[in-house]
Amino acid sequence: MIRKMTCIDCPVGCQLEVEVEGGQVIKVTGNKCEKGLTYARQEVERPLRILTTTVLTSGLNVKMVPVRTNKPIPKDRLLAAMAAVRQVRLDHPVKVGETIVKDILNLDTDLIATREAF
Amino acid sequence: MTRDSRPATRDLVIVGGGPAGMAAAIAAHEAGVKDILLLERDQYLGGILNQCIHTGFGLHHFKEDLTGPEYADRFIKRIEALPEIEASLRSFVVKLTGDKVLTYLKPGTMEVVKAKALIMATGCRERTREMVHIAGTRPAGVYPAGLAQKMINIEGWLPGKEAVIVGSGDIGLIMARRFALEGAKVKAVIEVQKESRGLVRNVVQCLEDFAIPLYFRHRVARIMGKDRVEKVLIENVETKESFELTCDTVLISVGLIPENELIEMACVEIDSMTNSPVSKAVNLCSIPGIFVCGNSYKVYDLVDSVTRDSIKAGQMAADYLREPK
Repeated sequence: MIRKMTCIDCPVGCQLEVEVEGGQVIKVTGNKCEKGLTYARQEVERPLRILTTTVLTSGLNVKMVPVRTNKPIPKDRLLAAMAAVRQVRLDHPVKVGETIVKDILNLDTDLIATREAF
Repeated sequence: MTRDSRPATRDLVIVGGGPAGMAAAIAAHEAGVKDILLLERDQYLGGILNQCIHTGFGLHHFKEDLTGPEYADRFIKRIEALPEIEASLRSFVVKLTGDKVLTYLKPGTMEVVKAKALIMATGCRERTREMVHIAGTRPAGVYPAGLAQKMINIEGWLPGKEAVIVGSGDIGLIMARRFALEGAKVKAVIEVQKESRGLVRNVVQCLEDFAIPLYFRHRVARIMGKDRVEKVLIENVETKESFELTCDTVLISVGLIPENELIEMACVEIDSMTNSPVSKAVNLCSIPGIFVCGNSYKVYDLVDSVTRDSIKAGQMAADYLREPK
C-alpha cells in the first residue's frame, strides 16, 4: 500500500510517498533529507501528538487554565485524553509547568499547566 | 482635571501589554529608560497569546516549542520583576494627540498622561464577514475565528456543534482542531485560493488528523438561517457548481488588519490599503518619538519576529529619549 503524507519535521513540507506493508515502512520517496524517513516511520508505526487543551477551574482567578501533555501521546488517544481532561476540576493555585494530572491514561505522560492560576 | 493643571509626564508610555509591548518595555528598560508606563486594557498582560493555547511559539526566540501562554509568561515574569516598569491593567486609551498626550480610562477614573516617547503596540483585529462579502441572512452563529478561540479557551464556552470554517489560514486551521477536540463536528474548511495560507504542519495536524475536508477554489456564497445559522451554500469558484452544508456555526478566518485608530487620531499618516502607518523603516511612523511595533506596525506570521522587532522599538525609543531636543 502506498500512503501519501506531508513531512512536518520542518517548514519545507516534503510530499512523501510511503510504501507500507503490514504496518511497516518498506520505502520512502519524495523526502529531501533523512528526517523524512524518520518522520514516515513514526507517522506510520506510531503517530504522536502533543495535546493542548483547557481545564475548568473553580474558585480561581481564571475560569479555564490552559494545559498540555509534557510529551507527545499516540494520536489515537487524543480524544480519550480529552474525555479524561473534561473530568478534571482545578481548585488550587498552579504555576506554569506544574502537573495537574499525573500519568494521564497511563501513557507515562503528565498533563501540565501552561498558565498560572491563583 | 482643573484647567491649569498639567498632565503628569512619563519618559516612555507603551500602549498594549501583549508580546510587542512587553518586549519593547523590557528592551527600553535594558537600554536605560527607567520611567515606563505600560497600559493594558485587559486585566492580564499577555494579549492574544493567552488564548493561543497550542504549541509552535518560541522556536526562534527561545529555541523551544512553547504554547502561547507559556511564551507570554516568560515576559510577564520579567516585567513583574522590574519596578521601573509600571504595568497599568484595565487601562483603555481613548484619546491620543500628536504631542503624545494620552487619555485613558481605568475603573472609576480617567487619567491623562504626557509621554516624552511613545510606543504603540496595539496589535491587530480580525477581518470580518462583511469584508469578504458573504450573502445571505444575518443569524447568530457567525464568528471571527479568533473570537471563537477566546470563547473556548478563555471563557470555556463552545460556540456551536457543527461548524464550517471560511479561510484556511493558521487561525482557521487551529480552530478546526479545537472544535474537533471539544467534540464539535467540523463539516469543512473552505479556501478560495488554490492552496492553504497556513503552515503545512497545521494542515496535517489540524485537518488530516481529524479527517476534516478542505475545499480549495471554493467559497461560502451564502449563509442561511433565521435566528441561528442553519446551512451554508458552498460554491466552486471555477465551475460555479454548488452544494449545501448544514451547520449551526460559521467561523470566519480571512486575515488580520493592524489596529491603528489611536495614532490616526493623532494625525499619523496611515496607509489606507494595509492600515499600517506610512513608514521609512521598521517601527517608525510620520511623527518623531512615536514608535509602532508588533502587529499594529504590520501583521506578522510569527510571534518570535514580533519580539525581535519590538526589542528594536524599545531600543529606538531609548535612543530618541537620549537625543537633545
